[in-house]
Amino acid sequence: MKKKQLQMDRKTFMKVSLLSGTGVIFGVNFLQSCKSKKETPIDLESLNYNDFNAYIQIANNGMVTIYAPNPEIGQGVKTSMPMIVAEELDVPWKHVRVVQANLDTQKYTRQVAGGSQSIRFSWMLLREAGATARQMLVNAAALEWKVEPADCSTSDGYVIHPNGKKLGYGDLVLKAATLEIPEKVMLKDPKDFKIIGKQARNVDNFKITQGSPLYGMDYFEEGMVYASIIHPPAFGQKLIDFDDSEAKKIDGVSEIIKIGNNIAVIGINTWIAFQGKKAVKATYSEANKKESSTYFDEVMDNILSGEKVKGSKAKKLREDGNITKAFKEADQIIERVYEAPFLAHNTMEPMNFFANVTPDKIELKGPIQTPELTARQVANNLKRNVNEVSLEMCRIGGGFGRRLKGDYAIEAALISDKIKKPVKLVYSREDDMTTGWYRPKVKYKIRAAVKDGKITGYHLTEASVNATINKQRADFFPSGAIDNLLIETHSIKSKVTCFAWRAPICNFLAFAEQSFFDELALELKISPVQMRMDLLENAKKHKDNNMQYSPERMQAVIQKVVADANWGNTPKGVHQGLSVYYSHNSHVAQISEVEIKENQPVVTKVYCAVDCGIVVNPMGAAAQAEGGIIDGIGHAMFSEMIVENGVPKSNNFHQYKLTRLKNAPQVEVSFVESLEAPTGMGEPTLPPAPAAAANAIYAATGKRLRKHPFVKNGLNS
Amino acid sequence: MEINLTVNEKIRKVDVDKNTPLLWVLRDTLHLVGTKFGCGVGQCGACSVHMDGVITRSCLLPVSIVGDAKITTIEGLSEHNNHPVQLAWREIDVPQCGYCQAGQIMTASALLKQNNSPSKEDIKDAMHGNICRCATYQRIEKAVEKAVELTQTTK
Ligand code: FES
Ligand code: FES
Repeated sequence: MKKKQLQMDRKTFMKVSLLSGTGVIFGVNFLQSCKSKKETPIDLESLNYNDFNAYIQIANNGMVTIYAPNPEIGQGVKTSMPMIVAEELDVPWKHVRVVQANLDTQKYTRQVAGGSQSIRFSWMLLREAGATARQMLVNAAALEWKVEPADCSTSDGYVIHPNGKKLGYGDLVLKAATLEIPEKVMLKDPKDFKIIGKQARNVDNFKITQGSPLYGMDYFEEGMVYASIIHPPAFGQKLIDFDDSEAKKIDGVSEIIKIGNNIAVIGINTWIAFQGKKAVKATYSEANKKESSTYFDEVMDNILSGEKVKGSKAKKLREDGNITKAFKEADQIIERVYEAPFLAHNTMEPMNFFANVTPDKIELKGPIQTPELTARQVANNLKRNVNEVSLEMCRIGGGFGRRLKGDYAIEAALISDKIKKPVKLVYSREDDMTTGWYRPKVKYKIRAAVKDGKITGYHLTEASVNATINKQRADFFPSGAIDNLLIETHSIKSKVTCFAWRAPICNFLAFAEQSFFDELALELKISPVQMRMDLLENAKKHKDNNMQYSPERMQAVIQKVVADANWGNTPKGVHQGLSVYYSHNSHVAQISEVEIKENQPVVTKVYCAVDCGIVVNPMGAAAQAEGGIIDGIGHAMFSEMIVENGVPKSNNFHQYKLTRLKNAPQVEVSFVESLEAPTGMGEPTLPPAPAAAANAIYAATGKRLRKHPFVKNGLNS
Repeated sequence: MEINLTVNEKIRKVDVDKNTPLLWVLRDTLHLVGTKFGCGVGQCGACSVHMDGVITRSCLLPVSIVGDAKITTIEGLSEHNNHPVQLAWREIDVPQCGYCQAGQIMTASALLKQNNSPSKEDIKDAMHGNICRCATYQRIEKAVEKAVELTQTTK
């Protein structure tokens, strides 16, 4: 068996303690660089994630508890991260109990759910943690039996003697805890994995199906009050004054206070706090008419047509070869524009947070993708020391990027500080939808120079509100595949807060580019599959260090999806569209199928081939792909947030259409077999989905959709 | 106002404003937080409960008009978390973030109560009103079919 040997400073990586009477606990630091002098606690009560960021507990009866370190927002890491530990520890998955780690704060880790990086970042560290604990148990057994550790093996929670007899981990923990932490440990050969790569179900399923309190929204403690908050209706507006006399008459409303530019209403329950909010009359500074979707459209159009626009910055992100020459010498130039609206995140669980700020401590609890950063921000806002902050994480009712921002946690803390009570701040759906952080509204103009039937130049111009393509994304496909290439961006400043939305930037950039390649293929009369394969062949020859994707892995997913979907050989009435994208370190190809039903094109099926390295949990990974694809197509079809004079115009689901069950296509996911380290699955299947759908719709109807949402921009005309 | 409610087969006395939606009485007064707040305007289904066995959106229902009707929430759907719909949900591994799932399960179980052999179309119609932002729709559909199968085999 091929094993990998590691050498690292184990003493700073791991600490071991006997638990009073119940077993042994291994504390693990994920960052090897940290020089924690801390000892692991000797009882569970004092687990402290400032000191260690993951724990493995083995009880005397052999039961294993793994504390899952990262925030769970539905992406499945509470299941998949412990699977990796359990694999190297060599215990049966059914003997493992998973507990959400209490939050962490400042020091070392990456206790973040974002960028589909949880697994990628901690893959080796989680394996090493499991393997180190396993080695200590082996060493303990070898001592007992007076044999060499190297002659012993492990299986399913037992150490096995060379002659076949065995000892359970539970019988060895007391001894193991007294041994030195080994300097060298062996990792399993991926071929021997027994847990990784097998279907595992969400570890919280039992609690979810019985309605147990799991979410921040569910938190309650004696003495707690409820708060709602009033933000200015328009972005950029200032609160001038407010009249709370009517609101105060409501039975159960206890206090109404000003928190910066906002007003908080405190009540005996959530509903009363909401009622109080409606009764407050506030006046604000005048809204800015330029903060409007229509105005942004004008500015973007001006930018894309080459006019100088005051206040917008142009930035070249990547320039290869000689783009001017390529376009001058072209026999044909093809130019298209693709447009996307603002989008709200609309997590199913609206923003909420619990805070209890007292003179000696700051307790926080709630849904947050960035606990570490948020604890720091709360401390700063209260002018307190971050060491006074404790933040407890709970299961999160959806993230999609919204909960990377802890604005609502800060608000809760400020409210609690002011009223001197424990408080749970709850956003209504209207607050959540209209005072969030939006996917930037964006337009892309793409031009291609064609000479002798080959693409010789590629010029992409972005005009976007507040957030733009960054350097790294400019190195995604097709960079490297076309000799003369220019990626440039213009950012338009706005008070409308914009931020990451599931698969930031790529969620629309992929649509623009993968639609464009479909259009190009049709113009040049090449098959869309061949066009990508040829470009990727070219990319292989021009590999540079900046290139973020692997042309080989991208070609492999194309070939896989082409085979899965039986590309080009569909029954009559079924039309296909292809899209391929690399993002979040994973390569994904999709083929959408469209049929005409009641005179309307309907996406009925999506084939998806993914290369995300080793698939830790195929059941969870497939779920992410199914959700990502339906989410991507759903938003492209139906969703938009229009802003008018700084005010988001949709405030609840009757005005903001989200995809529902009958709109959802069947998704069939397959994974490329791989021994590469695993990469993310929470985001990378979303970006290619809208273009695959639009390309298939074109194949079915001859309608080219270049603007989201499709239902309002050409699908039904 | 003092009101007697029958929730999960127990009489519960509450003292709340008569206009308070049942959702908030369940969540904030009775601390039965399995029933979720999603939109408050009847659009998402996260707050679904059974009222005399019929699917009802608790966010729009003033507590004073519940009267003698029997309310069942996700916590009371089965004694041991073993209603066929709950079993199917775990078997098919439906939940992602999980927040919408109590509403989905209550909607599916109400459908099965009315119709123990629903067609694919019946299932789609019944479940279409519930939003799942994580878009677990494919597994929701499969899980309802599985629950139908489980109901029929246990008979
Ligand atoms: S919360 Fe009742 S339908 Fe959305
Ligand atoms: S599982 Fe997240 S909203 Fe449905």
